[in-house]
Amino acid sequence: MNQIKVIVGLGSCGIAAGANKTYDKLNKLRQAEHLDFELKKTSCIGMCFREPLVEIIDENGSFIYGNIDESKAVELVEKHIRLHEPIKEYVVKSDLFETPDQNFFKDQVKIVLRNCGMIDPESIEEYEGKDGYQSIRKIADEKLERTDVIQTILDSGIRGRGGGGFPTGMKWKFANANKAPEKYIICNADEGDPGAFMDRSVLEGDPHSVLEGMIIGAYAIEATGGVIYCRAEYPLAIKRLNIALEQARVKGYLGKNIFGIEGFNFDIYIKEGAGAFVCGEETALIASVEGERGMPRKRPPFPAESGLWNRPTNINNVETFANIPWIIMNGAAAYKQYGTEKSKGTKVFALAGKINNSGLVEVPMGITIRDIIFKLGGGIPDGKKFKAVQLGGPSGGCIPEYLADTIVDYDSVTATGAIMGSGGMVVMDETTCMVDVARFFLNFTQAESCGKCTFCRIGTKRMLEILTRITEGQGRDGDIAMLEELALQIKNNSLCGLGQTAPNPVLTTLRYFRDEYEAHIHDKRCPAKVCKPLLTYTIDPEKCTGCMVCGKKCPVQAIDGERKLPHFIRQADCIKCGDCYARCKFDAITLY
Amino acid sequence: MRIQRIKTEQNKLQDEAVDLSPLDPLIAQYKGKKGNMIPLLQHTQEHFGYIPHDAFVKLSKETGLKMSDMYGVATFYAQFRLHPVGKHIIKVCHGTACHVQNANSITEALQESLGVKDGETTDDRIFTLESVACLGCCSLAPVLMVSGNTFGKLTKTEAVKIIMDIKIKELTIDNG
Repeated sequence: MNQIKVIVGLGSCGIAAGANKTYDKLNKLRQAEHLDFELKKTSCIGMCFREPLVEIIDENGSFIYGNIDESKAVELVEKHIRLHEPIKEYVVKSDLFETPDQNFFKDQVKIVLRNCGMIDPESIEEYEGKDGYQSIRKIADEKLERTDVIQTILDSGIRGRGGGGFPTGMKWKFANANKAPEKYIICNADEGDPGAFMDRSVLEGDPHSVLEGMIIGAYAIEATGGVIYCRAEYPLAIKRLNIALEQARVKGYLGKNIFGIEGFNFDIYIKEGAGAFVCGEETALIASVEGERGMPRKRPPFPAESGLWNRPTNINNVETFANIPWIIMNGAAAYKQYGTEKSKGTKVFALAGKINNSGLVEVPMGITIRDIIFKLGGGIPDGKKFKAVQLGGPSGGCIPEYLADTIVDYDSVTATGAIMGSGGMVVMDETTCMVDVARFFLNFTQAESCGKCTFCRIGTKRMLEILTRITEGQGRDGDIAMLEELALQIKNNSLCGLGQTAPNPVLTTLRYFRDEYEAHIHDKRCPAKVCKPLLTYTIDPEKCTGCMVCGKKCPVQAIDGERKLPHFIRQADCIKCGDCYARCKFDAITLY
Repeated sequence: MRIQRIKTEQNKLQDEAVDLSPLDPLIAQYKGKKGNMIPLLQHTQEHFGYIPHDAFVKLSKETGLKMSDMYGVATFYAQFRLHPVGKHIIKVCHGTACHVQNANSITEALQESLGVKDGETTDDRIFTLESVACLGCCSLAPVLMVSGNTFGKLTKTEAVKIIMDIKIKELTIDNG
């Protein structure tokens, strides 16, 4: 009989949820009680809302258990491992029966995430067991020319997954056409969008897929050197990449005459980012690799012509590279069957915010936002109303509820005013203030602006000042018009994508939630009850019992009243901390 | 949100005299290599916790990199610190998902409990409090990271408890 396999998910999310403790507990029990099962590690399967996750594979099949803390780990050992009795109510996914959570997986198509959560990311043998590096063997055995490889990628229709959406095949074609003694291929792993963690999961969970994609790309464009620019805030990803690189070198997948292809010499090194969002922009990234301040450069010349160290350079995102081996193995036609006419394939989204099932989902292009949020995402928690979804990070925009039937493809999303972006999808409900969201994003992009272009540097600062005034109750007539004018000027006069897209959150919230801005400015009211200076707490004299609790606890003694008589909040002194509101047991305090 | 690249006020903690000999193997490894400035600064900071002014001087003398270029790079990237920091750096995530899940209240609670503002270090040099842009654990919002450990789904009370537990450990180690 095969040994039972117990696999613990140890991606960053799992570890943050306590998966290391779960693993250690299972290990201790196995040793202390001399139990016969194999204990392994894997990474994230994307079901972050149920971490820590433990998969048990026995003679009947696979059972994925969710929310397994140390005490539940003990139960698993007692029931499932010792007695072969699965604990059905803890199972989140199984081949053998239906579970309440299975809708999370139903509409997903795993191409990029094909191995994440399925293999030990630190084992090249397990990667090879899943057809790893076979695409390069295919290229070598079938003697595919570089142009053949590029044609396959072109035919597949894959577009850059970092957010730009530029056809990957075309980028490779340009880079291939420019001849030079050195050429470079760079993987952009500087996933800086707050709310996006797709690339982190791929790097932690299946680093070899990225290396394989880069090696194919290097062959296609005749690159002599490769760089993975990975943000320093992903230490586990960097560690796993380093292990993977060493393993690939030992096997000869990196080095000289790779897979026997004469003259194909290629290796990759890792360059850590240093905390600058703008370095996700390709020319700023190149400047950073060259050891300089990450400030974008004028294009043309494009990197394909003159990039790193002035040599032809091709830069692609992590998710784009992870797709490549699959496309070469299975063919362009297989990839094209997914997606819409102009947006082929799948896209990984990081679902977060006010959503029940937060995590990573990989869906074919063409699915609606509503389906992602309500079918896979399980809808909004606490019965609250869905208000908007933010797509594309700080460069993107907020899509309101009434546009939730928009399909997810590059052009449909762009038509709403947002952008597909790298895949961050933050869901918002009725308790989110859209003016505050716009201010939040502008705060971020303003701080990350490199300062080169006047309009971006000063314009975003002025927009931020206006938005801050509005959220503090100091909005004025003419603020909205000024925001719109500044937004247009910044968009049109910035050298790089950061400046060109920084005004997007403001423009989309103005387009779809103008009434909230007007309430802040003219009525000095925050409809979502978020902006503290605009909140008014009042005591209803009919409901107040005079228990005096609020008055005693008020940090600034702004509440007057005698025992058993209705109390009164002196608005001039109230600091809007909300403490009285939280304490009142009689629902006597209203928030307006 | 933080990302203060140039500290305008004088930092309370004085720059102490440091032993710069650990820089020698670094300089030997990276001297003369293309694009060496950022890795040199990163490794220097790994060692000292920040980049002392004297380190800049030594690096400049021995590698030929100009002081102005190095300061230009060090003040551009948020990762680099030019002043000593606490033993434990608390990073409260203020990414979109964490913001929507009220990360502000976590930072406020920690500020109140530690008696420092965002970006500052406690007088006992145990903690530095920072707001960072996104740690990539969005499903567990709100999140904080301290000394390489990540904690998610926080409430104000839990966040303060995590920090206090670390402080108690530090103080008991001190008192042996």
